[in-house]
Parts: sequence; C-alpha cells; structure tokens
Amino acid sequence: MTTEIDRREFLKLAGVGGVIFLSGLSGQPGLSLPIGKTKDFFFVQLSDSHWGFTGDKVNPDAKGTLIKAVKEVNSLKQQPDFIVFTGDLTQTTDDTNVRKARMKEFKQIVSELDTKVVHFMPGEHDASLDLGETYKDFFGETHYTFDHKGVHFIAIDNVSDPTGSIGDAQLEWLKADLARQKPDANIVVLTHRPLFDLYPQWDWATRDGAKAIDMMMPFKNVTVFYGHIHQENHHMTGHIAHHSANSLMLPMPPAGSMPKRMPIPWSATQPYKGMGFRNVLSQSKLDQYQLSEYPITVDATV
Amino acid sequence: MIKRIGIAVIVVASLLGMNCLRADSDDGAKIVKISAKRFEYSPEEITLKKGVPVVLQLTTEDRSHGFNVPSMNLRADIMPGKVTELKVTPQKAGDFDFFCDIYCGSGHEGMSGKIKVTE
Repeated sequence: MTTEIDRREFLKLAGVGGVIFLSGLSGQPGLSLPIGKTKDFFFVQLSDSHWGFTGDKVNPDAKGTLIKAVKEVNSLKQQPDFIVFTGDLTQTTDDTNVRKARMKEFKQIVSELDTKVVHFMPGEHDASLDLGETYKDFFGETHYTFDHKGVHFIAIDNVSDPTGSIGDAQLEWLKADLARQKPDANIVVLTHRPLFDLYPQWDWATRDGAKAIDMMMPFKNVTVFYGHIHQENHHMTGHIAHHSANSLMLPMPPAGSMPKRMPIPWSATQPYKGMGFRNVLSQSKLDQYQLSEYPITVDATV
Repeated sequence: MIKRIGIAVIVVASLLGMNCLRADSDDGAKIVKISAKRFEYSPEEITLKKGVPVVLQLTTEDRSHGFNVPSMNLRADIMPGKVTELKVTPQKAGDFDFFCDIYCGSGHEGMSGKIKVTE
C-alpha cells in the first residue's frame, strides 16, 4: 500500500508511530524541551545544498544560502545531538578538480556548525559520475549504520550507481543489518532519492527501492528521511513514513505540476522561499518524531 | 571486376550495420531509431500509430544513458557500442514523455523527449 498524505492527516497519525509537524518557525530560536532525563533527542536534517551551483534567476545568493543555514542551525536554542546531510552536498561537474574544490569548500563551511557530529550522505550530483570515489575521499563510506539513544540509523546509498539503484551487494548488507534488529526496534533510514516511486517521470525514484522497503516491512517502527526532490513531501508505504526535506539551494515544484522539471524561480518578495532545514525530535516513549521546518531568513547573515 | 564491386557493396552494407539500410525488423515491424548523447535524444519527438508494432532502436554517441517511458511501461539501458531494441505496440493514443534515468551530468535533469501516439 502506498499513500500520499498531507500534514493534517499526519497530525492525526501522531501517537501511532507517526509524526507531529511544526512549521513557520522563522524567527523562533528553536524548540526547548526538558529532554535531559529521557532518551529523547534532536537531530537536524540538512539537504541538497548544491554547493557550486550558479543561476541568479533561481538563487542570487548561491554562495550565501548554506552559510546562512549553518548560522541558523547554530542559533537553535536546543542544539541537536547530531546533523544528517541527505545528499547533493555539491553541484555536479565533469571536472574532478572542480568537484574536489567544491567538496573542500563545502566541508569548510559546514565545519562552522557548532554540532560537530555530522553524518553525510551523497547525492547523485556528488557521486554518480565517478561512482562515489571523490565523495569517499572527503566524507567516507556512502552507506553505514549508527545507533543513538535506542534508535538504529541506516544510511543507504542510492546514487553512487548512476542508474539510481541501491544494488544487490548493498541490499544484502541491508538484509544482514536488519536481521540483527528486533521487530519493534526504532529504525530511521537516511537516503537521498525516494525509495518509493514518487514520480519516476522526473527520476524521483530508486530503481530497486521497493526491495529495501519490502525488507523493512516486518519492522514496526521505520521512518525514512530523504532529499533529492527539494521540497517537503510526506508519504506512507504501508506503515513506513517517508519525509523529504527542503533544499538549501533551490526549490522544485510538486511532482508533475509542470511539463518539465525546472527549479522554481527566485522570488524577490519572498527570498529563500521553499528553502530551509528540518529539526527532528525523536520521542522514544511514543515511537514518534516531531518535525519542525525552519526557513532560511534574510537576516541570517554572517 | 563487376563481381568484386558487388561484393564490396555487400561488405559496406554490413559495415554500416544493416540498420541504415533496413526499414523493417525481421518480423516486419517498422524500425524507429533514437540516438542519445549528453543531454539530448535525436530525434527528441517520434510519432507512432496506435496498435501498430514498431521496434525502437536505441544507441548512444557518448556514454551510458537510460530510456524510460513510465506511462508506457518501457525502459532500457543504452550502452556504448551496442544497439538496444525495444519492441512496442502502442495501446493508447496521446503524448508520452521519455527521459534519461542513468545520471549523466549537469544537463541530465532536462534530457527528455516525447512519443506521440496517434489514432
């Protein structure tokens, strides 16, 4: 079963392994909850910064948006335990030296984050032209797991293969990892492309993503966070929720809303509209996640 | 001498790959050629007739590309040095977009074309 649902419906799902949304948080310093004595924690999702992109009609502040995001994350009242970056850190290039330079610059910028634990994932712009080789030199493995306060995180690479596939070897690795988890384990999957067929006409899919989803189905508490589509999208495949993040460079239109996939032009009256990042509160006792969406604001200068 | 020229013509035809000399496939279906290169297909629009079988003959001029027509349930990898054939009999009239689904660089997102199916 696959279902597209809106925020209102998700609010209804809260408390049954679902999600609570908060948005329009511009100007607020961030959530501050008494989580010290619990296993609850925050993590921030950043995505699709496309460092190196140029195009004034889409983002005249291409060199400043990521820097502003870093500043805004640092200004959160409750600092996250860690940050995840779900791909397309840099804009694609055929020139390996330019790719290296962009990754070096990107790494320098995000080193200014106060939270020092950052888990990176590649997007197709970072990894698809050289099978992830340059990316690995800068950021390490493209798929891995880690555990934090009772939550098992799995980063899946669906971009180093330019066909947009996970591949049999990684699927075997995933199967072996899941075999070690309890049926009621809290599992968070991080990836770049949607694992489900969101809109294959725009390449918003993972060719063998259904195999990964099938493997996760026996587990009660699985939530997927991903990037790639440059906008919020909330989708259910059975009981598994999939949440995409906004971009830190350019917003994209909803799937199929125009004949060709083109970035949404910059709005002079609403600069940075559609861009931003996400703060996630993991609430272990409730088996749910509270998502807070933060825009990029003009005054977040550095 | 005449015999030698005859043989030469046959050899050239073979080297050209038969395809350029052949309008129909072995089973009589019309062949439609589509060539891919970063970041375009040529032609980028083809017209087919509903219910009439054709063979799409796909080649690439540079690197690997994809050919994906989700609304017709058609897809193939186009690999360098190979001719990929897809047999199709359109069942519905209308416009059907195809696109590259093997990442090929900075213009990949715009690499697409259209199949027009007429009644």
